[in-house]
Amino acid sequence: MVGIPAFIHIFLIWLPTLGSILLSFTSWNGIGGLGRIKFVGLTNYQVLFGGIYPPFYPALAHNLIWLAVFLLIATPIGMLLAVLLDREIRGSRIYQSIIYMPVVLSLAVVGFIWELQYAPDQGFLNNVLGTTTSSGHLIDWLGNPDINLWAVLVAASWRHVGYVMVLYLAGLKSVDPTLREAASIDGANARQTFFRVIFPILAPINVVVLVVTVIESLRAFDIVYIINKGLNGLELLSVLVTNNILGEASRVGFGSAIAVILLLISIGPIIFYLARTLGEDAR
Amino acid sequence: MIATATASRAGVGARPARRRPRRALLHAFLIAVCAVWLFPLGWAIYTALRPYGETARLGYVSIGGTYTIDNFVNAWNQAELPHFFLNTIIIVVPAVILVLFFASMVAFAVSRYSFKFSLALLMLFTAGNLLPQQVVIVPLFRLYLALPLPQPLSDNGVFYDQFIGIIAIHVAFQLGFCTFVLSNFMKTIPRELNEAAVVDGASVWDTYLRVILPLTRPALAALATLEFTWIYNDFFWAILLMRTGSKLPITSALNNLSGQFFTDNNLLSAGAILVALPTLIVFVILQKQFIGGLTLGSTKG
Repeated sequence: MVGIPAFIHIFLIWLPTLGSILLSFTSWNGIGGLGRIKFVGLTNYQVLFGGIYPPFYPALAHNLIWLAVFLLIATPIGMLLAVLLDREIRGSRIYQSIIYMPVVLSLAVVGFIWELQYAPDQGFLNNVLGTTTSSGHLIDWLGNPDINLWAVLVAASWRHVGYVMVLYLAGLKSVDPTLREAASIDGANARQTFFRVIFPILAPINVVVLVVTVIESLRAFDIVYIINKGLNGLELLSVLVTNNILGEASRVGFGSAIAVILLLISIGPIIFYLARTLGEDAR
Repeated sequence: MIATATASRAGVGARPARRRPRRALLHAFLIAVCAVWLFPLGWAIYTALRPYGETARLGYVSIGGTYTIDNFVNAWNQAELPHFFLNTIIIVVPAVILVLFFASMVAFAVSRYSFKFSLALLMLFTAGNLLPQQVVIVPLFRLYLALPLPQPLSDNGVFYDQFIGIIAIHVAFQLGFCTFVLSNFMKTIPRELNEAAVVDGASVWDTYLRVILPLTRPALAALATLEFTWIYNDFFWAILLMRTGSKLPITSALNNLSGQFFTDNNLLSAGAILVALPTLIVFVILQKQFIGGLTLGSTKG
């Protein structure tokens, strides 16, 4: 009963994870058998951190910016909307549905839809702002490496806000209403009630949202890949890993080293999540 | 009960004068947010309804001219969307069924019988689901190129560039989330049911199939909705593990669409909307299931 699923999962997920770690200490161009794999120690990491591979630091920075925007802007907006909608107001369901809708769209489709906003001459934004080629003040939202990451983050946040809102709405629903009453009897205003009473009770949801936010930021790939294959200002660690296996020069060991860095960044939140959600079962 | 009801009614009656402007402000804010939220999709639909010639003549941000569904028809035919939709079905349907079948078995075992390693197994599965896909992709790509798969299942003898390969990786990845959700759900089913079945002489397999699985139906329905959407929306695995363009599922095929319709944004938006349509329909019809699935994973029990 457990054997086959466990085998599939371990064989296709954990074995390759282990493989990434081992291969990251080697050099192999993927041609020829496994016998051609050469152990090179920490060379791949030295190349990465030594700045010899130019896209690495920008990609790392972009991932961190992505995470920061999700954590500091998109997530609080989602939480605010959940708090506003978690009460009896007319049309609450409709508001929820609309804000939630982008979550069902693939990030690839999200990329497409937002390209219609950002396109240089045919896009909505430039036409409204009067910044098309003919006016001489073209804003190339997705082509200019100084701004394209931010433009993409607006689109990605469009989706993330709804996701966070739904998670918080579920959490808020499980809050005992008498707690609010007790707080208001004690003379707490809405803000105090939220930050002193409700927010602490939401701790389990906060953990889920935090982990979802971190993991989504690290996984981000589709949207930049569909816009410009993750080049020219939109480099992400996920794109670099992919490019090192899909490109003409397949660099297995080097790509693995970048994958291991992704693994190292994500392992902290994953362990934190497991400890908080499954840890109590162990006790 | 009655006392509190009257008290709260009195409370409501005393306040509206002060509350009404605040409520109006809240509604104004929410309506503004929703307008902003709907705009990108609405704009895509609006653009798709106009012929390219009209927008070229009047400008993209304009009203008037003709509105037709020609772009949808053309995108459907020229980009061979039915063909790619079929590819998606070939991948999504078996993947969702298999992942729910496997996950429910593991969840059953983990939640009913306390093996020493059941918690460890659950942790392994959950952690595996949270890994960024790129962590496994380099060795997985090599594995797929080398792993043999016999003839009728594969036309090149390996997992790479095959529907089965894509299904397998979806199953492997989604097992974690589904097992986690289902085991939480099954823990809420009283253990006595299990014991009663055993006393009646039911085997483990019977207990799973006849007793527990029917009771798990709500969770299975929610997960099926969620998994359908997620696997349908997948872009990454197919881009990496498929080479033959005509075998791509619809979401990954979007990439080619942009090359094909390079200059015609109207046609492109029609294509994108058609690709988004199945998930939007699922969203409208099964929103409850969808949200139920997500929140089952985030709140315990």
